[in-house]
Amino acid sequence: MNRFLPDVLIHTTEMMKNKHVAVIGGGIAGMEAASVLARQGLKVTLVEKQKATGGKLNDWHHLFPDFSSPGVVVENLDKKTVRAGVNVVCHTEISHIERNNGRFELSDQRDVKIFADAVIVASGFHVFDATLKEEYGYGLFSNVITSVDFERRMKKHGKLLTLQGTEPRRVAIIHCVGSRDAKVGNIYCSKVCCITGIKQAIEINKMLPECEVFCFYMDLRLYGSKFDSLYLEAQKRHKIQFIRGRLSEAAERPDKSLQLKAEDTLQGRPLRMNVDLVILLVGMEPALSNSSLMRNNQMKPDENGFFRSVNMHEARNVGTQEGIFMAGTAICPMAVNETLENARSAALEVMNFLRTDKNHGGF
Amino acid sequence: MEDFSFLNPGSRQIDFDNFDDRLLLYVLEYEPSFVTCISCGGCTATCSAGNLTNFNVRKIGLWLRRGETEKLSQEIEKCMFCGKCTLVCPRDINIRNVILLIKKRISELKTENQPV
Repeated sequence: MNRFLPDVLIHTTEMMKNKHVAVIGGGIAGMEAASVLARQGLKVTLVEKQKATGGKLNDWHHLFPDFSSPGVVVENLDKKTVRAGVNVVCHTEISHIERNNGRFELSDQRDVKIFADAVIVASGFHVFDATLKEEYGYGLFSNVITSVDFERRMKKHGKLLTLQGTEPRRVAIIHCVGSRDAKVGNIYCSKVCCITGIKQAIEINKMLPECEVFCFYMDLRLYGSKFDSLYLEAQKRHKIQFIRGRLSEAAERPDKSLQLKAEDTLQGRPLRMNVDLVILLVGMEPALSNSSLMRNNQMKPDENGFFRSVNMHEARNVGTQEGIFMAGTAICPMAVNETLENARSAALEVMNFLRTDKNHGGF
Repeated sequence: MEDFSFLNPGSRQIDFDNFDDRLLLYVLEYEPSFVTCISCGGCTATCSAGNLTNFNVRKIGLWLRRGETEKLSQEIEKCMFCGKCTLVCPRDINIRNVILLIKKRISELKTENQPV
């Protein structure tokens, strides 16, 4: 028995070396899952549609709740994937996954074909298109921006100005844009927007101490263990004001400032407010590529359009097609730390699957 | 002895044991979407009547849920049925219909000579 166990391990390690895993999506989930698998000795190909890996984090300025740098996270993941020997293929957008003779065939719009024993879908999320909420005026009024625009502007210019080039004296941050909204078809909560709003409110206050910042919310959902302390800090140290009421509509005034209409539901009266800048906290939607990735296999969407798991408690990463796994925000909205943990668990599920793969004589 | 009202708080408390559900049950039967209201106040903010009077659509829903029939029968007259509340509702509740149903039920109760 004592001699048997190591033999089995050696056998599996040898067997695993010949296994090939394809990871779709070079965001943080894909990078983490790919590097973990490669470190375990598997052959891994990471496929990314953009010119470089890193995904949406390449656009973010600071991460909640600690204001750390997303660039450092991406850089470390890049190093890990290279060191582990992951084969990274950029400029390639996989649109089909088919299963033939127990193996998967991945293809893009051109002629690229990748064969794999298991697949991890880490296709991420799509940012809600705020122009769909016409009454908020995104795309119509130049001083209405999204939380994503805020991150990009801060990263690029390091400051926040109105379109006229002036420093805003009053900013409104609007929660739940594209989330918990039956009118746009998204009834779920995107989970990360509340804390993003508080993070951005604090950043504005640090940059422009004279600027008043108001958050309009329906419910504040600060689910993380360190999120509520940031909320407290926003109230105590940064004088951020929280108004419980959903923005009903925004209108542009001749001087390009915006008039907001909401109800202060705690006062029980309609409220009107003029602000220089509006930030819409846009939610997460299923990635646009999801439907084509599900087309030629047994993968299914869940009620919100994300990839359906076999079991949301015990097999979150396991897709409804045997051999296809999911990692990160392809499953549901999640924060950076959750995404990385989720990706590692996806890698473990893949290892277990390949070890017990009937076609390859596992045990 | 002087009757201090704070010694008899019954009048101020919401009395769930004697809950008047005559309006609520009727509304939920014909407009079941009402059950999903989260009191966000979007309706009140956009309300044409609410900008001119103290009419508050969100409170109409709240009173409906608490069985405040008497208050409702007075307040409901202020609605102009423009339907803007329905347009902004994130829960996709047909609020205009909710108000219409309350009005309808109240007039039914009145013709049946029941106290409202």
